[in-house]
Amino acid sequence: MPYDRDHIVLEAETVTNISSHDYPHQFPGDDRGFGVEAFRNKFNVKVWRVSREEMEFDLVGLDASLSNAFRRILLADVPTMAIEKVFMHYNTGVVQDEVLSQRLGLIPINADPTKFVSKSADDPLTELNTIVFKLDVECTHNKEAAKDETDPNKLYKNSSVYSGHLKWVPQHGQAETFADRPIKPVLDDILLAKLRPGQRITCELHCEKSSGRDHAKYSPVATASYRLLPVIDIKQEITGDMALKLQKCFPSGVVDIIEKNGQKTAKVVNARKDTMSREVLRHKEFQGLVELKRKRDHFIFKIESTGAVPPAVLFAQSVKHMMDKCELVLKAVSELSVDTTA
Amino acid sequence: MAHESVQPPPQAAPLAEVEPKVKILPGMSSDMTAATFVIDQEDHTLGNTLRHCIMQNPEVEFCGYSIPHPSNLNIHIRIQTTPNTTALEALSQGLKDLYTMCDHTLKKFNEEITKGDYEIVSS
Repeated sequence: MPYDRDHIVLEAETVTNISSHDYPHQFPGDDRGFGVEAFRNKFNVKVWRVSREEMEFDLVGLDASLSNAFRRILLADVPTMAIEKVFMHYNTGVVQDEVLSQRLGLIPINADPTKFVSKSADDPLTELNTIVFKLDVECTHNKEAAKDETDPNKLYKNSSVYSGHLKWVPQHGQAETFADRPIKPVLDDILLAKLRPGQRITCELHCEKSSGRDHAKYSPVATASYRLLPVIDIKQEITGDMALKLQKCFPSGVVDIIEKNGQKTAKVVNARKDTMSREVLRHKEFQGLVELKRKRDHFIFKIESTGAVPPAVLFAQSVKHMMDKCELVLKAVSELSVDTTA
Repeated sequence: MAHESVQPPPQAAPLAEVEPKVKILPGMSSDMTAATFVIDQEDHTLGNTLRHCIMQNPEVEFCGYSIPHPSNLNIHIRIQTTPNTTALEALSQGLKDLYTMCDHTLKKFNEEITKGDYEIVSS
């Protein structure tokens, strides 16, 4: 099969045409152009869906290295706030201090990280590098509970400790700065520990700013991923019962049956919905009739934020982060003195 | 909790021996058409994208990157060019191109977000 520059090909047992060869001097009589100008001409963005936590969009006309860099930055380099230090005053519950602290660290904190600076080990605590929470929960008997009650939630008060129990303690100007968006956990119903009457948890929690590279709890995304746009090529018209069988090889909505010249004919209507299960390649009758491919430069991105920062803002931040990296290295390169005699 | 200052904390004083962000490995060609650069505190995120950008330059004959050891956070990037340019030139051009490409990506993305031609799902 001749080399297909634009597609990755899925065969029954292998995936071929994987690496991109879109570089100068690779193809005779190549007139596609390279570099920034070519990128400007072909690059496109299409946003499909946006919610508070999730977003799906297409990036078209870029190399995998670039889209992978954005994904990597989203996971490991975009900073957020998370609980870093726990000062445990009381913990008489069954969840040990270190286990509870680890659980506390993972709570997504709804605070704009751009309003803070990261704190290194010997920096003094300031309102710009630390958010303080207090947690003080004691479990007691519920006097109003019925005699024969067995449900712990009704029998006791505070038998479950939730993220909603965290109380923000604003420092200095924080109360004014965050007046329109008070700092709190993203969700109030994250179960942290269970208590029984007489047990108590009292602690002070300090949040700091850092990135996923330091600890996964700082990652601003639950996940950020991309996949390539599926392409289903029907080489020859497929009609009648064969068409119905073909339709069944794909998830619903991918292949439609249309009337053409008075015959039922299969037509691909939405390849995007395909999972690329390769079911069609298992059937002998479709051999050579159907080709499964993926478009090499069409990335379907999905960002799932933890909720602290909206996903669209996260993507913009990740691109900005890449630009900052370039600037930093470029500055170092311009200051480089070259001694070719060395 | 004692808050001692309302200003951002001062940057920690650099240690005596700080690795330079970029350095050239010994053994580059005398006309600087071939050289290996070491970029400190970077990984595949910059390495692979930068390699891609530099390879787009028609004057570049070879470009590749590696992470010599997983415990050391740095990358080596090797560039060999035609006599029309130098490896250093190709590196800074690659960085500039990457910057411009990101800038364009951001512009296009923001345009698309402002246009609002998408489904807004309330959760």
